[in-house]
Amino acid sequence: MAHQILSGLPQLLRGLGVSLEIAGIVLALASAGGFLVGIVLQYGGILLRVAARVYVDTIRGIPVLVLIFVVYFGLPAVGLRLSAFQAGIAALSIFASAHIAEIVRGGIDSIPHAQTDAAKAVGLTFWQRLRLVVLPQAVRRMLPPWVNTAVEIVKGSALLSLLGIVDLLLAMQNVVGYTFIVLPFYALAAFLYFAVNFTISRVAGVLERRFAYLKY
Amino acid sequence: MREYHFNWFLAWQSFPRFYWGLALGLELAALALLAGSVIGIAAAFGRAFGPLWLRAAVTSYVEFIRNIPLLLLVYFAFYGLPKAGITVFDNVWSFIIALSAYSGAYLTEVFRAGVGSVPVGYTEAGKAVGLTPWQRLRLVTLPVTFRIILPSLSNTFISLFKDTSLASALAVPELTYAAEWLNVNTFRTIEAWTFATAMYLFAGYGIALILRRFERRYAVIR
Repeated sequence: MAHQILSGLPQLLRGLGVSLEIAGIVLALASAGGFLVGIVLQYGGILLRVAARVYVDTIRGIPVLVLIFVVYFGLPAVGLRLSAFQAGIAALSIFASAHIAEIVRGGIDSIPHAQTDAAKAVGLTFWQRLRLVVLPQAVRRMLPPWVNTAVEIVKGSALLSLLGIVDLLLAMQNVVGYTFIVLPFYALAAFLYFAVNFTISRVAGVLERRFAYLKY
Repeated sequence: MREYHFNWFLAWQSFPRFYWGLALGLELAALALLAGSVIGIAAAFGRAFGPLWLRAAVTSYVEFIRNIPLLLLVYFAFYGLPKAGITVFDNVWSFIIALSAYSGAYLTEVFRAGVGSVPVGYTEAGKAVGLTPWQRLRLVTLPVTFRIILPSLSNTFISLFKDTSLASALAVPELTYAAEWLNVNTFRTIEAWTFATAMYLFAGYGIALILRRFERRYAVIR
């Protein structure tokens, strides 16, 4: 049995690689998108702000699995053909960017308004205020929850196995399917997920303590 | 854009399937919240007052569950537990077990924070009037804890309700499964997922609205 477990290990690791690849791409896309939406939520005109609010609240109000199926099944129905991988990446990015948008908005909102007033008083433009005054402080507030979102993304990537993407979860099921060894492989997959996510969680904890001195 | 012929009638015909799916989802979430609260209370007190090994066990449980995907846990409950000799659960109960174990870990943290934020004066007052430790717990600490953590409990309930969509992976006939069924059987893709999305949104925000009123009613005045 030990031999069979060893022979299944490369597949699991390949699956883990796919999971991490998905998580990495999604985190990058969602951070960029979430940052933009977050800025709009905080500073946008009334129309843009309402649109961003509706987007964020709708996405946060539906289960991520439903969002994945909507993108995977719904978009081809209107003529947009996506591979499972693309659809999965798109759905998770849409999901995570809504969460990151809230983090960005919250982070910016937590910086006292007097700082913006002071920056205006010394004649900084909007982007200068953002870049030189608000964001350097706000980013420290955003980092810990942002890293926690990374954990959510890695956990969410497991749902893409339902689209047939061979990530860690589906790789594990495949190996179980032909070796008929169930419990050790479940334990192994759980351990791999745990190792990745626990490490990320620790980073978030360290960042939180590191920036705990920021109090207003 | 390709021609897509809407046919809302077919979707409307299977509305009962969606409706009962929604009801089942709420039931699953409520059961998981209940079982998770029991686990959470026990684990929180075990971590606060238990011996070292119990504290270590609770911490491992919480950290482990919080860092693995729920779907893995769901598959484990359905495919793994029978291999470990536990064969009494069907797909619905396997899912309830998995979701309870999952929510238990999150609720442990909630209860730990809640019990910790009961003012010391309350416990001292309980001691002063001569309540036994068990009576203090039952009559003072737990009621106040529940009132403090009510907002967290309702958030957990709504997020568990959204997590019940994963039960569709075990063919539990809840809302997501209803949409999948309609999609597969009638190819009314957009109608099916519009129905499901709208119902999740309505139910989620509707419950949130009701629970917020409830929270205000029972908020602790500090």
